[in-house]
Amino acid sequence: MSLREEVETLRQIPLFAKVDPSKIKLLAFTSERVVFQPGDFVCQQGEMGDAAYVIMNGQADVMVNTPSGPITVATMNKNDVVGEIAILINIPRTATIKAASELTTLRITKDQFFRMTGEFPEMAVEMMRVLAERLVRTTEELQKAKESLQKEDDGD
Amino acid sequence: MEHSIYKYILRHSKKQQIILTLLSFASFPFLYYYLELPKIIIDQAIQAKDIIFPVEIAGIEIDQKEFLYVSVGMFLLLVVINQCFKYVINVYQGITGERMLRRLRYELYSRILRFPLPSFRKKSSGEIIPMITAEVEPLGGFIGEAYALPAFQGGYLIVIMSFLLIQNVYMALAAIALYPAQAYFIPKLQKKVNLLGKQRVKLVRGLSDQIGETVAAAQEIHVHDGSNYMRADFTRQLGRIFDVRYRIYLLKFVIKFLNNFIQQLGPFFFYALGGTMVINGTLEIGTLVAAISAHKEMAAPWKELLSYYQRREDARIKYEQVVEQFEPAGMRPEDNQLVEPDTIPVLSGELVGSNIVLADDTGSAQLEGLNIRLSLDKKVAIVGQAGSGREALLQILSRLIDPDKGKLTVGDLDLIEASEAIVGRRISYVGQSGFVFNSTIGDNLFFSLKHRPLHDVNYDGEEKEFRESDAKEVLLTGNSSDDYGADWIDYESAGVDNQSALDMRAIEVLQMVDLGDDVYQFGLRSSLNPEEDPDTADLILAARRRFYEKLEADPGLANLVEGFAKDRYNTNATLGENLLFGTPVGDAFDLDRLAENSYVQKVIEKANLTDSFLKMGYQVATLMVELFADLPPDHEFFQLYGFISSEELPEYQAILSRVSADSLDQLREEDRLRFMSLPFKVIPSRHRLGVITEDIQEKIVEARGNFVDHLPGHLKGSIAFFDEGAYNAAANIQDNILFGKISFGFAQAAEKIGAVLASVVEEMDLKRTIIKVGLNFQTGSGGARLSENQRQKLCIARAIIKRPDILIMSQATASFDGRTQQRLVENILSEFEGRSVIWSIEKPEMAYLFDHIVVISGGVITESGSFDDLQQSGEQFKLLTA
Repeated sequence: MSLREEVETLRQIPLFAKVDPSKIKLLAFTSERVVFQPGDFVCQQGEMGDAAYVIMNGQADVMVNTPSGPITVATMNKNDVVGEIAILINIPRTATIKAASELTTLRITKDQFFRMTGEFPEMAVEMMRVLAERLVRTTEELQKAKESLQKEDDGD
Repeated sequence: MEHSIYKYILRHSKKQQIILTLLSFASFPFLYYYLELPKIIIDQAIQAKDIIFPVEIAGIEIDQKEFLYVSVGMFLLLVVINQCFKYVINVYQGITGERMLRRLRYELYSRILRFPLPSFRKKSSGEIIPMITAEVEPLGGFIGEAYALPAFQGGYLIVIMSFLLIQNVYMALAAIALYPAQAYFIPKLQKKVNLLGKQRVKLVRGLSDQIGETVAAAQEIHVHDGSNYMRADFTRQLGRIFDVRYRIYLLKFVIKFLNNFIQQLGPFFFYALGGTMVINGTLEIGTLVAAISAHKEMAAPWKELLSYYQRREDARIKYEQVVEQFEPAGMRPEDNQLVEPDTIPVLSGELVGSNIVLADDTGSAQLEGLNIRLSLDKKVAIVGQAGSGREALLQILSRLIDPDKGKLTVGDLDLIEASEAIVGRRISYVGQSGFVFNSTIGDNLFFSLKHRPLHDVNYDGEEKEFRESDAKEVLLTGNSSDDYGADWIDYESAGVDNQSALDMRAIEVLQMVDLGDDVYQFGLRSSLNPEEDPDTADLILAARRRFYEKLEADPGLANLVEGFAKDRYNTNATLGENLLFGTPVGDAFDLDRLAENSYVQKVIEKANLTDSFLKMGYQVATLMVELFADLPPDHEFFQLYGFISSEELPEYQAILSRVSADSLDQLREEDRLRFMSLPFKVIPSRHRLGVITEDIQEKIVEARGNFVDHLPGHLKGSIAFFDEGAYNAAANIQDNILFGKISFGFAQAAEKIGAVLASVVEEMDLKRTIIKVGLNFQTGSGGARLSENQRQKLCIARAIIKRPDILIMSQATASFDGRTQQRLVENILSEFEGRSVIWSIEKPEMAYLFDHIVVISGGVITESGSFDDLQQSGEQFKLLTA
């Protein structure tokens, strides 16, 4: 995939929709394109991370370790951003991301990410939107989980 | 060493000095006639006084004119003879001086090797180095003339004097009337200069000491913003030196002024006195002219004598000041190092030290009547706190420092008197931080095996000639007659028969001290000369084939490396690498400056690619300007990704504003070169610029063939071309196995490939082979290319490989982590089964690994016994392990 195609792909991603095209080009040029084989780990829960990944092609499973073994909590697809939590707040990776198919990603380092969000507040807003959506979804799921627990308790 | 420079000169060059003096005397008769002739020419040949022509010389009658020609011919001949004497004397003087300088330097250096170790606490290399190099340099010049010059110039002066006396007594006395005044005043002034000279030498030594310290303390100075303080100190010292030199100049030129003035008084007397006498008719005018010219002649030797006197004083001071620095108390006797004992006894039985007393240079006691008795078949741990005297004890046991009092014996051998040949071969010592020489790992390791030249080497050509001529000089100057180029390695001492067995043993020892893996890594990054070691090269080639078999067998790996193939463009390599298709040797094909290379230009032109290159350059430049124009100049992207540096960017902007993609043929010559140079750095899979199209890739692959076929003779050898079936001498071992580029953009490609490489090495049992190559790794100045721990491990390995009877370790592993320490202690103790190890350990709890434990405290042994004994009843030991 050439630089031009990468730029096109990046512009399709809502996160970068408002970013200046020339900055997207710079981001694409200075970011490493990384291909993962199926089964490769993009990142592992508990490790420190210094980069986020934009999925340009393929699928990835998001997995969380539980006492009863790892469970898949979500599947990410083309145009999704993964691994951004760890670089936003400097905590170890909250989940393991594993390539489900051949996975092409663009690796965006922490420095680049912050520079871009600083320069383009729209990008930060978009990021907030994505995170907020995810929060809503998580809250809903938590609600459901609590309810089902309640039911189990009531059933006893 | 002689304290007076004259005694030193006489002792080592008496013969030469006598020859020089005799040569000088031999030249005097000619000199006398050279002075006499002008008078004959003027009085007899020209004025025809006291002579009747024709005269008969050697049976031939000649008239006045012919007589004149004969006399001036004689004059010319004497000029030639005198100059020949001067030439011979000068050359012989120079050689004598150089020989003495060589001897002096050698002797001083040899003395450093005999210095007692504590004296290095007071003397820095910053002081010692200029003494042996710069300070003694002028001595060479002086030594050559030490006797001959006063003899020659003094004699010359006497010749002229006697000539003058014979001509006219009053005139002669008048000419030298003021010499006594000079002889009185000048030494007085000179004495002052001498004192200042002494001061100057000391100040300059202090200066070089500070420069040495600045280099060594560079880190500290930066850390604490101390540079201005250092500058101020340096300024102060320069100021002192300037002040001293200023005063020296004042005095020196007063002396010169006096000399010149008194010299010029001569003509004054001649004209006044001689003139009167000529007028009165009591003196011939020819005599006056001859006297004046003789006096002129006299000026030169007298001046020479005076400046000789100054140089002599200078040399005397320098010599004395240098020599006194090279006579520290407690220096080892010469024979202790130079004389090879008939037999080197094996140290066994008991090591007994009794009543050992040692004080440090401040006079405070370190060991106070220490008594120790160790059985040499046991492993002994020395335990004590810092400052307990443990370090001093071990340095005395290894004979690095001399005790002030006390006895030290092994069996019947008195260790204090034993020569360094015995001690240095049968005992090894490793301190806290050993020294690594700027050489290869192998040389460093085998340093402990090189005591004497053991096997001669045959030289030929220039080297042989040099050696033969230098052998005589070595004898004349008392230098070392040992051949540095011979094979010095004592294989027997290492327990092997030859170099290849020694290499195997070296690998064993390196693994023993945990350095094997490090040297293996060095080996992977080292290159190998396939002509010298064809077997290893073949093995590496086999490893390359095996590596590719493995890659092809696993689809997950196949894409991770893009191998070099003659007929395929490598998209993970730069265009430059693709065109050369080889590793540059030397600077002829610098990968960063290929565009400037005329041969490369020719190849590109021939492949009809010049326009494409310009277009690619234009595209790259446009993109770079577009992307980077807004970045601050110090942004890291310029360094990481830039084809163009931040300084060059405005120039490219300017060029781009002048040309368009269609008018590239109108580029100026220097701009053309700029554009041409850009595509060479592009790596398609990394930069993803899309400028190197498949069509261009094909053409480059074609141009490769052209490049090889037409390579001019003088450039052959400037590239080691990639060849699937051949070892590439210019590339390192790892690159030779890899024979390609790790692909960009694959997750963990380097790690995965590293694992494949490791498994190939494992399967083919190549590790030892590669470690052997690693022995040739250059350690850098002071071992700077190794880590601190690697340096220390190398020093331990060096102490082990010579198989000493006693290995003394003074906190030698203290800087390692606990597990490494434990491993090393265990490895070394098992290696020394049946021999002696005396180990001052940092962690007393590790003492359980040893047979016998000695507790030292306050400079005496307080407890000793086995681990179990001491754990039960050793009060101090319990405190230390608590």
